[in-house]
Amino acid sequence: MDFLQQLHPAWLALIRVLLFVVPLLLVVPGLIWWERRLLAWMQDRIGPNRVATITWPKDARWVPPFLRGRKTRLFGLLQPIADGVKLFLKEDITPAAIDRAVYFVAPAIALFPAFALGGTLPWAPPEGVYGLLTPIADVNIGVLYLMAVSSLGAYGIILSGYASNNKYSLLGGLRASAQLISYELAMGMSIAAVVLATGSLKMTDMIRAQTEPLWGVAPLFDNWNILTPMGLVAAVVFLICMVAETNRAPFDLPEAENELIAGYHTEYSSMKFASFFMGEYAAMFVFSGVFATLFLGGPNMLPVDWIAVGQLAPALEGFGRVMASVNYWASPLLFVGKCAFGITLFIWMRATLPRLRYDQLMALGWRSLLPLAVVNFLIVGLYLLCTDLYGAAGGWIAAGAAFALLAVFFAGLARAGRGRREALPKREIRLVDPAKPKEGAAL
Amino acid sequence: MEGYWGAGVAQLAPTQVGGPMLLFAVLAAVAVASGVGVVAFNSPVRSALCLIANFLSLALLYFTLGAEMLGIIQVVVYTGAIMVLFLFVLMLLNLAAPGALRESRDLRRLGAGALAASLFVLVVVQAVLPLQEATEPQASDYYGTPMALGRALFTEYVWPFELASVLLLVGIVGSILLAKRRV
Repeated sequence: MDFLQQLHPAWLALIRVLLFVVPLLLVVPGLIWWERRLLAWMQDRIGPNRVATITWPKDARWVPPFLRGRKTRLFGLLQPIADGVKLFLKEDITPAAIDRAVYFVAPAIALFPAFALGGTLPWAPPEGVYGLLTPIADVNIGVLYLMAVSSLGAYGIILSGYASNNKYSLLGGLRASAQLISYELAMGMSIAAVVLATGSLKMTDMIRAQTEPLWGVAPLFDNWNILTPMGLVAAVVFLICMVAETNRAPFDLPEAENELIAGYHTEYSSMKFASFFMGEYAAMFVFSGVFATLFLGGPNMLPVDWIAVGQLAPALEGFGRVMASVNYWASPLLFVGKCAFGITLFIWMRATLPRLRYDQLMALGWRSLLPLAVVNFLIVGLYLLCTDLYGAAGGWIAAGAAFALLAVFFAGLARAGRGRREALPKREIRLVDPAKPKEGAAL
Repeated sequence: MEGYWGAGVAQLAPTQVGGPMLLFAVLAAVAVASGVGVVAFNSPVRSALCLIANFLSLALLYFTLGAEMLGIIQVVVYTGAIMVLFLFVLMLLNLAAPGALRESRDLRRLGAGALAASLFVLVVVQAVLPLQEATEPQASDYYGTPMALGRALFTEYVWPFELASVLLLVGIVGSILLAKRRV
């Protein structure tokens, strides 16, 4: 601690950057392995399980006797390394009719935002030693920085699509730009709701605000944003927009492989393709971290105020103190655990949902998510105003009334929509039974 | 951090060449070069890319002035949204032919040059000459923070701010009207 404080600020900054970037680089192969294994499990396949199998020699002296001649399987953990070596050694094909400068710069531009996103992301509580080590820059505009960098992520895709001089790539780039612009708005509004509730754009302030009493009334528990109704709505909107921003299924239209070959990276091979790939996974991981920071209480273990638990009864005091210090020292691991949870959500969605059609994508973004996020933002404002005027109970009554009104309104809208759908002529679909060919022929 | 950069800007006397001055020189050079690139390139996509570089270097210049909020808004709005739309339209129209934007040589060029020169003179007279008198301008503590910006927008400049927002709203409604009519 003293040693860190005596360091020159530039060295400290370098340490902070390395502490973020190096683990991120190391975690990416693990993410790829996890995605392939989990996806395989969800699809009732085995997945990569062969690389990293050790066959111990039968008569070597350095092998303990109980291992001789046996195989140790490590679940294919080294498969991503093998993939990486393959990508390195593959022939790097450069098409002839490309826009050379842009073609070579695009993968770098795609990789940059994924790593720069974490610039304001704290991976531990901003107190004590961790306060010196994270975040890289605790600026006043933390969340806005995030929006800015994630919007730069579009350029890598657009430029690679343009520079490849291939109509499928170009279509991928076009889709990416339209998609990113559309979902950024809803994402911004959902973040704005959190900013309004926190009263600050700083990420560290958001973590601190989430350690206050739950709903302003329950001192034993922490006010994680996802536990409040407005926070839950914002979290759902943010989660969907996050998937869209990282171009993951079901929002992977820019690289839809059954329509566009491979979309924007069709013409990229070897390490240039790998950098797109790495950028995507790193962005997924960092966005999961952002989700955890904004809605899941940052690096804290549970939404429980351990010190308050300790004050409940004298017998619990020691327990509370131990849990508080475990919560503090294990926080980087807990944060990584939350990121892994986010990644699992990404993979789960990919395994569950089919890809959206382009018009469905636009309708979801502009007609559902954006209005929902804006109304949610207004309700947060109403809640804060009423809490200011009439106390916590008044605030919750106002917010509850607003949500009830909203539910009635949406129910009405849904009914009107159903009436319109029923006006369309119904199509009858009859299945042909192979056992009775005569009836099928009559159709 | 803020104070550090703010102090650096305050020392912008012509005789001193320190780190902040060098930083400013590099950023300004990139901004000017990319600005020239916007009009010099024949390919529209290249011009758009130069404009993106220009906006980014302007944002970094704002950062060095301690106006982080302004800088980040510059990136979010111009670089992140408007230029993406620009590129979208350029790619949709596919103006990739190098000669697509070549202009004919005529007298209008002279007029444009004269206008540009007079604009330059105007900027020099209005902005640079008063700055020569400046000594150690000191920014207030909260200069450039979101709080200060919000307070200024909603108290001192509330009328211009609301008028501008109404103007933008009229623009949005008008563009929707135009688009609907054509379909």
